[in-house]
Amino acid sequence: MSEQKENPKKNSRRKFLEELGLVGVGSILGGSAILAGINYDKKKTDSQRIRVLTAENELLEIEKSETVKVVKTKYENLTYLQKQGRDGLAGRRFVMVVDLSKCRNARKCMQACQSAHHLRPDQHHINVLKMEETENTPAFYMPKPCQHCDNPPCVAVCPVDATFKRPDGIVLIDNERCIGCRFCIAACPYSARIFNWAEPLNAEVEKDIVYNVELNVPQKKGTISKCLFSADRLREGKLPYCVSACPNGVYYFGDENEDAVTNGTTKETVRFKKLLEDNAGYTLMPELGTKPRVYYLPPKGKDYPFQEGDKPEAEEHLHG
Amino acid sequence: MLDQSKKEKITSDLLRPIRLTTSFKAWMGFLTVSLFVCLGAYAIQLKNGLIETGLRDYVTWGMYISNFVFFVATSLIGMLISAVLGLSGAKWASPLARIAEIIALAFAAVAGLVIVSDMGRPDRLLNVIIHGRIQSPIVWDITVVTIYVLISALFLYIPLIPDLKICSEKLDKMPPFARNIYKVLSLNWTGSHEQEKIIKQLTRAIAIFIIPVALAIHTVTSWLFASTSRVGWDSTIFGPYFVTGAFVSGSAAVIIAMYFFRKNYKLEDYITLSHFDKMGKLLVLVSLIYLYFNLNEYMVPGYKMKKFDAIHLNSLFTGTHALLFWSVQIFGLVLPIILLVFNKMRKPLPMLVIASFVLVGAWFKRYIIVVPTMEHPFLPIQNVPLNFKVYSPTLIETMVTIAPFILVLLIITVLAKVVPIVSIHETIEELEQKNN
Repeated sequence: MSEQKENPKKNSRRKFLEELGLVGVGSILGGSAILAGINYDKKKTDSQRIRVLTAENELLEIEKSETVKVVKTKYENLTYLQKQGRDGLAGRRFVMVVDLSKCRNARKCMQACQSAHHLRPDQHHINVLKMEETENTPAFYMPKPCQHCDNPPCVAVCPVDATFKRPDGIVLIDNERCIGCRFCIAACPYSARIFNWAEPLNAEVEKDIVYNVELNVPQKKGTISKCLFSADRLREGKLPYCVSACPNGVYYFGDENEDAVTNGTTKETVRFKKLLEDNAGYTLMPELGTKPRVYYLPPKGKDYPFQEGDKPEAEEHLHG
Repeated sequence: MLDQSKKEKITSDLLRPIRLTTSFKAWMGFLTVSLFVCLGAYAIQLKNGLIETGLRDYVTWGMYISNFVFFVATSLIGMLISAVLGLSGAKWASPLARIAEIIALAFAAVAGLVIVSDMGRPDRLLNVIIHGRIQSPIVWDITVVTIYVLISALFLYIPLIPDLKICSEKLDKMPPFARNIYKVLSLNWTGSHEQEKIIKQLTRAIAIFIIPVALAIHTVTSWLFASTSRVGWDSTIFGPYFVTGAFVSGSAAVIIAMYFFRKNYKLEDYITLSHFDKMGKLLVLVSLIYLYFNLNEYMVPGYKMKKFDAIHLNSLFTGTHALLFWSVQIFGLVLPIILLVFNKMRKPLPMLVIASFVLVGAWFKRYIIVVPTMEHPFLPIQNVPLNFKVYSPTLIETMVTIAPFILVLLIITVLAKVVPIVSIHETIEELEQKNN
């Protein structure tokens, strides 16, 4: 009963407080709007326009005052190497060009890659395939790394963001995050991904090494591995392992933004677009819409014929 | 009104199986021992990694994923029998509703475990929740399967409440603690008009809600494949193709369960010959629809024989997988349809045999969908050992594949032992309605 009596009093007090609150909020909002307006005008008057290059290679002009410093990563609880691996190299767009007319099936690329990434002989980040596309067209050798697609099906299907696309074009895999569902292997049309079915090669020796996402070493049992475009070497300004190891000048590697690619054997740097234009460059299975970053030059006029007896299926890889 | 003696006969008939028998203990013992043997195989896989399986870099999904698809598929039958038939007023199916729901719950719950057996890092399972990405069909699948398990549990439990009350009152040979559990679970059921109304409405609401969820679980499961560009999976009809296939395997599972419950629990008066007849016709119907989807799925690309399709389809039609492919289509689909058209075949024993063929065929059909596609990628498989090119499951893998089946049998056996497998409440109610 007594409560009911008190109610009208309470109500009037509440009403007063509500009104007070409204006035307060209103004046703060109004004040800040005016302040913001003044600030905006101020910015306009001492405007300074700058040019920025986006990761997609677009040159834009904007007010300097409008720029916001990029918070580099939203990922917490990651090691420095993991964060750095997810951020990538600012302003770069890496591309590879593989000149099929030069490939002599030396397989030095495969060896260099396997030793850098501590892989077993049956595990390939890069695999030199014998291609026989139709009955009447001549066969040729085709090195096949990860295509580092700009529309990567593997990244789309990953349930835990273990595999990701960096702004510099590289697709990487964080094997501290991977749950081993292998959906990415199913999704990849280029068979570019491998899985650590057993304990990796040097598991015992390497168990105390800090994991480097850009090298994917140490490899871990039950997780995915794949070609990384040698992201660790790129950070040091060097060419990828396979590119440097090739004795035949098959590989060009470089930056699409600079429109320049360097041959790993001759160290000659050429215009990327011109190289594709002059040699009818193409990508693998463009009809799938994956937009690969690895380009191929056709095996036109190759001086090395396909030889049936030549390293048949590379014997050393046939036994895990 | 129905006379009291008839009511009591129904109650005692349906409650009779709820007691510990020697055969039950022996069966449970057998299942438990087998389960532990198979779990031992899984322990070896956990220790050494998936190297213990026949899976390798190219055929990277095999029996485990086929198993997962099969389990999700079979669980869809709960939705077909309890919800679709129930809502459309097909009264004949109501005594089968609980069997269908138990099968649905068991298969759906175990499907979640099957997928874990395929994971390279099961210890990181929680990453799916911590770092889950909404773009990935796996995340969709986990979400809908979890929802389906929860709804199926409710769909089993809510209509069960009146029966639980009956159990707590009538099972006087049970130890007091067991009767107390029944009592607590029956949520103070008194059978009042009000309570009847609540249960009816709730059951109906769940029946409506479970239909889209059930369609979603198998459609999303089919998208695990159809969302890739691989030959044999890159298909726009995968959703309905999988859903209709699910009804085939689920109907077969229900028929097998009906046979054994009828025989072992002596329920000839409740699961009648007419039920077998109707289930036989239902199996023919769903199998015909599935056959139609099969025709589309294989004939359309088979007519064109595009480069990569041709490699895949030749291996199915005439190549390494031809024996399995045609066996599944003929013994698991075409022959059952033809046989079940005849009245004589829609009797319990022939149907048990036919449904077993259908169920085994349904499992191998999933295998045929998963494995051959993985053996035929776009680029050649080279510079790897032979076992990378041809998938051959190992013994350990086979045991880990069998484990979920044992677990499902355990769940069904236990559930069918602690609750009446045919609803007492509804059987009495329907008889009363008939008499009025």
